[in-house]
Amino acid sequence: MSTTDIAPDTVANATLTESSVTTREPGATAALAMWITSSDSKVIGRTFVGASFLALVACAVLGVLLGLERVDGSDTLLDASAIPQMFAAFRIGLVWGVMIPFLLGVAIAIVPLQVGARSLAFPRLALAGFWAWFAGLVLVVISLAANGGPGGGDADFVDLFLAAHGLLVCGLAAAAVSVATTVLATRAPGLRMSRVPFFAWSAMIASIGLLLVLPVVLGVLIYLYVDHHNARALFGGNVGIGSWIGFALTQPATYLFAVPAVGLTAELVPVTFRKRMPLRVAVYTGISLVGIAALSAVTQQADHDLPWSGSGLSVDDFGNKFDDMLPYALFTLVPILGVVMVMFLGAVAARPASDAEAWVRPRITAAFVFAFFGLGMLLVGMLGGALVPITDLGLQGTVFEEGVVVYVAYGTALAGLGAVAYWSPKWTGKLIPDKPLFGLATLGMVATVLAALPYYVAGFADQPAASGVYDYDGPSGLWNTLVTIGHALMAVVVLAFIGLWLRSSRSSGDDAGDDPWGGQTLEWLTTSPAPTDNFLEVPTVMSPEPVLDLLGAEHADRGRSAR
Amino acid sequence: MYALPAAAAPPPRRQVLVGTALASMATIMLVGGMLAIWILQRERARDAGGTWLPEGTTIPEVPANVMLIGVWSLCVFAQWAVYSARRADRAHTALALGIVGLMTLALINAQAYVYAQMELPIADGGYAGMFYAITGTMVALFVVGLVFSAISAFRFLGGRIADREIIAANALYWYVLATVFSAVWLIVYVAK
Repeated sequence: MSTTDIAPDTVANATLTESSVTTREPGATAALAMWITSSDSKVIGRTFVGASFLALVACAVLGVLLGLERVDGSDTLLDASAIPQMFAAFRIGLVWGVMIPFLLGVAIAIVPLQVGARSLAFPRLALAGFWAWFAGLVLVVISLAANGGPGGGDADFVDLFLAAHGLLVCGLAAAAVSVATTVLATRAPGLRMSRVPFFAWSAMIASIGLLLVLPVVLGVLIYLYVDHHNARALFGGNVGIGSWIGFALTQPATYLFAVPAVGLTAELVPVTFRKRMPLRVAVYTGISLVGIAALSAVTQQADHDLPWSGSGLSVDDFGNKFDDMLPYALFTLVPILGVVMVMFLGAVAARPASDAEAWVRPRITAAFVFAFFGLGMLLVGMLGGALVPITDLGLQGTVFEEGVVVYVAYGTALAGLGAVAYWSPKWTGKLIPDKPLFGLATLGMVATVLAALPYYVAGFADQPAASGVYDYDGPSGLWNTLVTIGHALMAVVVLAFIGLWLRSSRSSGDDAGDDPWGGQTLEWLTTSPAPTDNFLEVPTVMSPEPVLDLLGAEHADRGRSAR
Repeated sequence: MYALPAAAAPPPRRQVLVGTALASMATIMLVGGMLAIWILQRERARDAGGTWLPEGTTIPEVPANVMLIGVWSLCVFAQWAVYSARRADRAHTALALGIVGLMTLALINAQAYVYAQMELPIADGGYAGMFYAITGTMVALFVVGLVFSAISAFRFLGGRIADREIIAANALYWYVLATVFSAVWLIVYVAK
C-alpha cells in the first residue's frame, strides 16, 4: 500500500460540508502552532523561502560590511579577529542559507502541484528538515559570532559550529528526500517522467544530487567534530575546517544547488512565448548536465589545477594532461554546456516557427525577467569558475573566487525571486504587481554585476580573498566600493520584493485567478490559492502541457458548436 | 475552462520504498565518504613514515567477524519478514522482525565489546578519533535500522496487514547496511 501522509485537517475538511461547519478564526497561539506543525507543503515551502529571504538580506548586509572593510585595503574598520568569522558567515550564508533552501522551499511548495499530487511525499519529514536546518543555521551564526567556526579561537564554539553544521546538513537532506520522492512516486496518472514539468525535473535532479553530496559533507563534519573535540591530530584543528568542508561551499559544487534555477527558466520560456517547448528530451538533458557538478562535490575536489604552459599538448605528456583535463572538463565545462543547451533551446522555442506564429506576441512577465537575468548571472559565474582552475592565471586564493560565488548565489536568488513571483497566485491567491517587479529584476541584475564583476577585475590584480589587507596598482578603492554598493543594492531589492509580496498578499484587490499567466502545467488547473490537498480530483495527464490540451479541446468543441 | 477527466485512484507508487532507497543511497555516500577519508589519512600517515595503528593497540577481529556474519544473517530475517507479510502471516512476520531487532541489539553489543577490548582512549591521537567516528556512525545507522524495524513491526501488528511496502523497505535498508558494513569491516577491521 502506498503510504501517503495527508494532514489530518485535510481529511476533516473533505468530510464536512461548508454549511455544516461554523468557521472560527484561530487565536494567535493556535495559528502559530498550526503554522509550525503544518504538513501542508505550501506552508512548509513558504517557511523555507521566508527564512531564506532573511538569510539573503543578512548575507547582503555582511557583504556591505566586508566591502567597506576592504575599500582602503588597510583592515581598520572592523575588529580584525572577527573578520575571518564574517567571511565564513558570508560564504556559509550564501550557500547553506540561501542557495539550497530557497529553491528547495519553492520546490516543496510547487512540485506536488506540478506533478498532480495531493500532498508532498513525507511532509512531516520535510517539516522536520526545515526546523533542523533553521536551528542548525541559527546555531552556526551564534557559534561564528562567539569566535567559533573555521579558525575560531573558542574551542567550545568551534565544536558547536561543527555540530550545528551537521544539523543543518541533515535538515536539507531530509527535505531533499521529500522532493525527490514526490517527483519519483506521486505523479498523477499519465504523467510519465518524459512529461514532468521542467522545474519539477530540475528539483528532482538537484535533490538527488544533494542526497549524494550532503552525506559526504556530514561524514567530514563527524570526523572534524570528533578530532577537534579530542585529539586535534589529523584535520588541522580549527584552522583546517575551512579546507575540509570548503569543497561544498565553492564552485563547481555550487552549480548543483543552482539546478532548479535552470529548470525554472526552461519552465517559463514556453509560457512566455505561448507555445509548446520543442525538443523536451534535450532540455531535460541540459538541466541534468548541470547536475553533473554533484560529482565534483562527492569527490571532494574543490578545484583542479590545470597546467597551462601554452606549449600545447605533446604525445609524451598527453596522458598527464588528460588526467587533469578530464575532471576539469567533467566538473566545470559540462555544467556550462548544460546551461548553454537550455538557453539555446529556449531561443529556438522563442523563434516563431511559421508566419502564423509570428503574430503571437510573447507575454514577457517580471518572473521571466527575474529568471532570465538569474540564469545569465549564473552563466557568467560558471564561466568565471572555469578560469579559476587554470593555475597560470593565478586566480586561486584571490577575490576572483568570491566574485564567482556571488555571481552564482545571487543569480540563483534572482531566479528564486522569479519563482516566487510566478507561483505567488498558488500561495496567496494574489499577483505581485508586475510593473515594480520589472524594476526590481533589473536592479537585482545590476546589484549582482556590481557585487561580483569588480572582483573579477581585482582578482586579476591579485587582491587576496577573505582578507581586508591588500596592496596592488590600480583603482582598488573603486572596485571594492562598487562591490559594497552592489551588496547594498541587493539588500534593497530583496527587502522591496518582500514588501511587495506581503502587500499584495494582504490586499483586498482582485484575485489572481486560477491561471493568470497562461501556464501549461497541472498547478494552473487548481484554484488560486491552492487548497490544502492541492486538487479536488486527481487529473489524468495526456501530454506535458495538460492545460494546452484542455484549451485545444475547448476550441475544437466551440468549432463544432459553431458548425 | 474545461476540466480534465478525473482519474482513477492513483496506483500505489511505493513512496516508502522510493524514500528508503534514496535514504539508503545517502547512507552509502555517508559511509563511503568517511572510508575515503580513512584511506587518505592512512596513506598520509604511512607516507610520512609514521605508523597508522597506535603501538600496543589490537583490534579484536573475532567480534568484528561475528558482526559481519550477524549483519548478513539479519538480512535473511528481514527478507523472511517480507515473505511472511506477502502471505499475511502476522505471526511469522512479527517473529522475523523481532529477531531482526534482537540481532541489531547484538550487533551494537558486539561493537561495545570491541571498544571495551581495545581500551583505546578517543583522545589518543588521530587514529582513535577516526576509528570511533566511523564505527560510531555505523552504530548510529544500526540504531536507525532498529527504530525502522520497530515501526514496521508496530504498523504491521497494529492491523495494517496490507502495508507490506514498509516491510520491504525495511529489508532494503538492511541489505544496504550490510553492504556498507562489509566495506567498513574490510577497510577498518581487516586492512586497518
